[in-house]
Amino acid sequence: MPIHDQGYRHYQGTRAPHGGAWWIIARSHMATLLLYRWFQILLLVSFAPFVVRAVQIYFASTNAQVAEFLATTPDTFRDFLSQQRLSVFLVVIMQSGLIADDRRTNALQLYLSKPLTRVEYVLGKLVPPLVFVLGVTLLPAVLLLILQIVFSGSLAFLRANLFLLPAITLFSLAQALLSACAILALSSLSNSRRFVAVMYAGIIFFTAAMYQVLRGITSSRRWAVISPGEMLDVIANAIFRARGEPAVPVYVAVIVLLAIVGVALVILERRIRAVEVVA
Amino acid sequence: MTPVVDLQRVSVRYGSQLALRDVSATFPSGAVGLLGPNGAGKSTMIKALLGLLAPDTGEMRVLGLDVRRSPLQIRGRIGYMPENDAHIPRMNAVTFVAYCGELCGLPPADAMQRAHEVLYYVGLGEARYRNIEQYSTGMKQRIKLAQALVHDPSLLFLDEPTNGMDPKGRDEMLELIRDIAHNKQINLILSSHLLPDVEYTCDHVVVLDKGGIAAAGPIATLKGPGGRVFELRVKGVADQFLAAMRGAGLECHTTDDDVMRVFVPDERGPRYLFTLAAQHKVQVRHLRASVPTLEDVFAKAVGEP
Repeated sequence: MPIHDQGYRHYQGTRAPHGGAWWIIARSHMATLLLYRWFQILLLVSFAPFVVRAVQIYFASTNAQVAEFLATTPDTFRDFLSQQRLSVFLVVIMQSGLIADDRRTNALQLYLSKPLTRVEYVLGKLVPPLVFVLGVTLLPAVLLLILQIVFSGSLAFLRANLFLLPAITLFSLAQALLSACAILALSSLSNSRRFVAVMYAGIIFFTAAMYQVLRGITSSRRWAVISPGEMLDVIANAIFRARGEPAVPVYVAVIVLLAIVGVALVILERRIRAVEVVA
Repeated sequence: MTPVVDLQRVSVRYGSQLALRDVSATFPSGAVGLLGPNGAGKSTMIKALLGLLAPDTGEMRVLGLDVRRSPLQIRGRIGYMPENDAHIPRMNAVTFVAYCGELCGLPPADAMQRAHEVLYYVGLGEARYRNIEQYSTGMKQRIKLAQALVHDPSLLFLDEPTNGMDPKGRDEMLELIRDIAHNKQINLILSSHLLPDVEYTCDHVVVLDKGGIAAAGPIATLKGPGGRVFELRVKGVADQFLAAMRGAGLECHTTDDDVMRVFVPDERGPRYLFTLAAQHKVQVRHLRASVPTLEDVFAKAVGEP
């Protein structure tokens, strides 16, 4: 009698109920991404500003002379999140193959022939960029806040700025959602991850450049609506209660960002199909 | 017995193109071949049964479940091997198959164990740690079968499973399919345009042509009553002899290379052909018996001469 039957056997075990496939997809993608050396290096490098800010907070909390010109304020956290914009861009762009790779290898029809819905598939693909973007924004920002409390030895700063934790969370979530939806929608439009990366970079940099050009020509800051980055800045300034006149009213920035997310979801709805119908 | 798949007046349209027109068919348990020329609607039917394409009209039931109402329950109980190359990028075979098992609801440990077992079963045991992108075409066909089997489905949809395989690989794949259907008690629907594949592996056949059902039933029944098909070549006025055979009630047709295929019922026998030839003064130069094949059934069903 063989110790191990290498023939086909019927499965007698239990099966999980439907609805959890999104987490299997997300987990697998994150695990694959974390195996890449370049991605590991990127995550490490993205924490460099955190280290610098932590040192700043340490000296500001322990040295009165340093505190005079490097005092920790809500702007410290707002500036930190702005500094992380490049890390967010790189983390997102490394996930340009999220759906493009599946399209290239015809994996969509495999996924959608399994007991999972299109919504679960999209959710499973949305989670990795969300998690990694929050990992380089929300996580270090909250850690900085904790370090501030630890180094100063009191909750005075937090009590004086109770809005800070919700502000960090809200802005990080807005940035993560916008980036994740954008890269996912672009990824569904092509079979080439490189092309998707170029499109994403093009949109980010081209819109920012166009805004500067139009602003220079017309002397109007209202052209900021064409740049998602500028819209995020308007929202960040509002959330962190920064002084200064915003380029456009906050509600306009919110509408623009919601519109981008909406368009991305419409694209995903149309592109995530097992069968591509060419009429 | 409840049919495994039941279609009632199903029509599927791609834009202005009607891919399936008012199709009604039942697929019994066991191995059923879905035959048809390219563009007949075989893949469309499978995709509609998987719930990937919504039919414009009609009702479909798979394993007793309504496709429209319970697509997830159905997909949890079936395995699908697509026609074209398909895999999840940047995974080795065992990870890929285990991943597919997890997507079908298997716990991670069970999915991994079954992935190993199924990969051995399909003949990829030694190559299970290799990246799928390095696989040959034949190996990619096997891995597609493995991912369709990993969760132990009740019904398998195999869409052109021997596409691109060399003769040896093709024979091995057909053996596997035959084993799955006849020894492992898994129902399967094999879509193919290769008649020998269907004839070797299946008991029943559904012939599709131009989006409609051209013939359906057990292969043995469709092959017709007892009798034999003879290949016949004659010297003399072949057209007159052909007309004479038809006049005598024999079913016959000519092929491209002057060979006639004649169906002779058991009660008449081949000697009757010689008698008929002598009566019409033609000389029989070649007579070879062959059994009716699915090719004959198919040709008849789709109206080929």
